Amino acid sequence: MITNMDTSEIGGCNPQAAICARGIIRDFTSGQSTLRVLHGIDVEIRSGEMTFLVGESGSGKTTLISIMCGILWPTKGSAQIFGTNIYELSDTELVQFRLQNIGFIFQQYNLISSIDAAANAAVPLIARGMAVEPARAKAIKLLDRLNIGDQADKLPSQLSGGQQQRVAIARALVHEPRLVVCDEPTAALDASSGRRVMDLLREVAVVPDRACIIVTHDNRIFDLADRILVLEDGRITHDGVEMPDEH
Amino acid sequence: MLWIAIRMLTGDAQKFYGLLFGIAFATLLITQQMTIFVNLIERGGSGVFNAPEAEIWVMDPVSRTTEVHFAMPSTALDEVRSVSGVEWAVPQLRAAASVRTRSGDLEGVEIVGVDDATLIGLPARMITGDKSVLAMPDTVLIDDGGVVNLFENGEDPIGQRLELNDQRAVVRGVADSLPTFTSQVTLYTKYSQALNYMPGTRNRMTFVLVGVTDGQSADEVATRIEEQTGLKALPREQFAQSGIDFLIENTGIAVNFGITVALGFVVGVAIVGLTFSLFIRDNIKQFGALKAIGVTNQHILRMVGAQAGLVGLVGYSLGLVGTALSLWAFSDNPFFKAFYIPWQIPLISLVAVVIILIITGWIALRSVFSTEPASVFR
Repeated sequence: MITNMDTSEIGGCNPQAAICARGIIRDFTSGQSTLRVLHGIDVEIRSGEMTFLVGESGSGKTTLISIMCGILWPTKGSAQIFGTNIYELSDTELVQFRLQNIGFIFQQYNLISSIDAAANAAVPLIARGMAVEPARAKAIKLLDRLNIGDQADKLPSQLSGGQQQRVAIARALVHEPRLVVCDEPTAALDASSGRRVMDLLREVAVVPDRACIIVTHDNRIFDLADRILVLEDGRITHDGVEMPDEH
Repeated sequence: MLWIAIRMLTGDAQKFYGLLFGIAFATLLITQQMTIFVNLIERGGSGVFNAPEAEIWVMDPVSRTTEVHFAMPSTALDEVRSVSGVEWAVPQLRAAASVRTRSGDLEGVEIVGVDDATLIGLPARMITGDKSVLAMPDTVLIDDGGVVNLFENGEDPIGQRLELNDQRAVVRGVADSLPTFTSQVTLYTKYSQALNYMPGTRNRMTFVLVGVTDGQSADEVATRIEEQTGLKALPREQFAQSGIDFLIENTGIAVNFGITVALGFVVGVAIVGLTFSLFIRDNIKQFGALKAIGVTNQHILRMVGAQAGLVGLVGYSLGLVGTALSLWAFSDNPFFKAFYIPWQIPLISLVAVVIILIITGWIALRSVFSTEPASVFR
């Protein structure tokens, strides 16, 4: 699956793939020394699946996910999201592409502390130019679906960790992106809250025309994955529906 | 996004008020100090402004201001009157004297002797009494600022006897006049009376005040007077400006106030810069998240611009109101009499505030621009 995929003629990528990355190399330079974090990774992510990217700290998973969603340039290689070679886009086009196609859920939520839950969830719509009130109204509908519609007027500081995570999920989905990227979505939550959040994520984010990638090392939720990619020292060492035994 | 920017700013009350304070304080300091400076140096021309009828001031060529002068022979008056375009010309005497009050205090005063017949040379308005009281013997009018300096505890100056250069003077009126730069007490009296108070030298006429004939320009008539008499003749505005220039050239006032204004600017940059940077630093993760989500640097520039604009507008307005209130609070003090805020000063303050916000905003923005969206995953 990693390298022997059924690919199309265009760039060797399957045209049905949500993400297709080829030969991804990423070096980080500090002074005279250069550290290679990713060693020529080839990978495809399919729609309609919840794909986990798993690995120890320093294995390169954050770097890989950053490159795959267009917020970090690879040193070498190319990445396509739904057929668009994102690193051939101009800076402005790439930002617009992310705004239209990608929803992000961050480990620390990164909610804006001075605006309420509804406005936080509505940020991508407001960034697209929608007026505040209609954007909030749409966000509240989604918050309702995530069972925190009654908390829509509250500031993030007035919400629990699980509730903040739901607001972050709403923010990632409110503009109906085709790709949802989650960074350690359960890291700050207890087991039951984490489980609920993942169930919720599966319910709302995993649909046939949407891909969902989750970076995690939380073994409590591995059973929820449709596919698990294990990254070790900048290389994908496992691609399957379950974690390999040695992990 | 501007809505979000403003909410981000106002949501952090401490920093928001810190920024407002920085801008308001800088505006207050710059506007107030420049206002005091301008009003103070304009007092270099107060002697001219206090004689509103005079269109041209004629003096000895070495005289420079209404306070720095050299007396002319009395024949100069007739010479000036003979110049074409001169409608009228009257003498004025200005001299320093010492006055002793009934309580024994000694004060330096300026005697201004005005034309006996027309009383031209007196301030336009009186606060107490009438100009005609000068017809009474030994009468002097005192300026309102002088009342505070010469008479303690709100004592009524009217009818008070003074010992003026060993002669008797009776205060019978209070003139509404602009104080001098040094707020020296000014006593107005008739020219003939002033000659009695200032005995001694042969030449005692300090200025000739001139009105020009209808249809003539003050500049042309002044030039004509200079050509025909060899005296120095300056139109009213030009002579007032000479007094202002004299203060700027011969005192450290411009440097002193300049330093304070510069300090206001530096303090503004320091407070606003520090607070703005802290605000941005505290929100750097949120800005990073916005960049990752798909907010462009241009949008963020506009967001920070809106934040700076709001802080600038409110802070600047507060600073201006503070300046106006501080001047109003001291409006009863003769030192601040007739102080006003020239329209140019708020404009200069506004430019200073804009520069402060551009500098500090840019410093703060650099960290946002250099933040990689990927940093939100770290």
